[in-house]
Amino acid sequence: MEFINAIIVLLNYTIIPALTYGSQLALGAIFVTLIYGILRFANFATGDMMSFGTMFAVLLTFYFQSLGINLGLLPTALLTIPFAIIMMILYMLLIDKYVFSYYRIKKSPPVQLAMVSVGVMFVTQAIIRIIIGPFDRTFLDGQKFILKASEFKEMTGFSEGLTIKSTQAITIVVTIIFVSILFWFLNRTKTGTSMRAYSDNEDLALLSGIDPKRVVLITWVIAGILATIGGILYGLDKSYRPFVYFNNMLPIFAAAIVGGIGNPFGAFLGGYCIAFAEIFLTYAYKKFLSYLLPEALEPDSLMQVLSTDYKFAVSFSILVIVLLFRPTGIFKGKVI
Amino acid sequence: MAFFEGNQMTAGYDEGADIISSCTINVNKGEIVAILGPNGAGKSTAMKAMLGLLNLRSGDVTIDGKNISDLNPQDRVKRGISFVPQTRNVFAGLTVRENLEIGAFLRNDELDKIIEEIYELFPILSDKKSQTVGELSGGQRQQVALGRALMTKPSVLMLDEPTAGVSPIVMDELFNHIIKVKKTNVAIIMVEQNAKQALSISDRGYVLVTGKNKFEGSGKQLLHDPEVRRSFLGA
Repeated sequence: MEFINAIIVLLNYTIIPALTYGSQLALGAIFVTLIYGILRFANFATGDMMSFGTMFAVLLTFYFQSLGINLGLLPTALLTIPFAIIMMILYMLLIDKYVFSYYRIKKSPPVQLAMVSVGVMFVTQAIIRIIIGPFDRTFLDGQKFILKASEFKEMTGFSEGLTIKSTQAITIVVTIIFVSILFWFLNRTKTGTSMRAYSDNEDLALLSGIDPKRVVLITWVIAGILATIGGILYGLDKSYRPFVYFNNMLPIFAAAIVGGIGNPFGAFLGGYCIAFAEIFLTYAYKKFLSYLLPEALEPDSLMQVLSTDYKFAVSFSILVIVLLFRPTGIFKGKVI
Repeated sequence: MAFFEGNQMTAGYDEGADIISSCTINVNKGEIVAILGPNGAGKSTAMKAMLGLLNLRSGDVTIDGKNISDLNPQDRVKRGISFVPQTRNVFAGLTVRENLEIGAFLRNDELDKIIEEIYELFPILSDKKSQTVGELSGGQRQQVALGRALMTKPSVLMLDEPTAGVSPIVMDELFNHIIKVKKTNVAIIMVEQNAKQALSISDRGYVLVTGKNKFEGSGKQLLHDPEVRRSFLGA
């Protein structure tokens, strides 16, 4: 009984949130890794591109709400995803045409392209501030909880209640569906194989007749879908505040590098590695231990390894440790 | 008039000096031609010029009588010229079968049939078809590289040092494979460091020195030419 209560506490405060946060990071990390693998630069505008896509979802949600369109129990934002994705892809293709393609054709070194992406980041931030402003916005509607703590307690009789927020369930389900389709596309289709070939050996890909323009186009399309979905899921789960997306770049890059940069499946798992590490190290285990230990041994302190303020320090430390001891990441990506 | 010709080619990199000057190389279908010469003689450059990886300053390249000097490498590939670079000539992260599929990227028909033909030519690839190429041995990788290049059903195959860095046993095996390819009526040009072995399987050979044709003749002639032997074959 006590043991099950302890497990419920863990599920509630660490495992379910970490799976959710991990899914959001995973989508961002796959974005980073695809751009790095195929376009060959670290895209520092990742966070703000996610923010850009989410901005359209927020605005469209408000618009749909004003028209009285909604999805009932589900958030209206889900309905806006296709439109937000289209706007995001258009923006990315525009940026690519007028900014990145110039340096790509010149065969600029990756560092230069990364610096260019910092410029794109600032411009994107400014555009977002002009269009929607820097304020915090909640755009979640529909049913908030799938399982409420009180309902769970009534159902089972445990003293701890398990809660599952609808955003958590939506995040995990949408991520699994989308990532499965993406991996099927990359590994099983001719176009996907040609993208992996281009990432593997560009010169030989060109000699084999692969059209680089098409590969770049498809990369941005996939990147646009990833950025928008990842951004919207994060915004629904927390709230939409443009700056937070910029901060999220650290765990996202850490996830991509832990997984082996250039390796999409590694980035996917890397997202969960970082999320679990951050949450396990910043969670206060007092309540959990109080269920397991006899009363005499119950801890007085919070039993927290690090304060939650330091959660970015966790991803930063993981990043440094991986780069020092295994620069290719868990799944053998490219050496940075 | 040969099937694939580079006539009086002069070329160099960017603004630099001419690496090859008035260099002429030609090959017919069903023939192996070796390009030999000391280091820095312009062997690889001559081959790259024929593929279009660098622009000619003068001279021309023709295939089947048609001038293709102005085409880029991708378009020359479409005309039936296939190239195996010396290094990075496979997709190391992809499986053997995927490498072959990418080789036939431009073809939509008969993919399975061509892959079966490649498996017949290189049986080892059939056994390892689902394996990542990065995990294969050097000789097996070269076979993947050859197989990938053959997937376009080329009429001309250009090989840049196909036996570089493999053991003598594997080298013999690779040369046997190259002879098998030749018998499928493909014109083969190869640059080789292992001059003696290369000449022994070649129908003809060119010896380049400082970017110019120095000697040419049948494989046997060159093998027994005293001057060639003294300067390049080390005996």
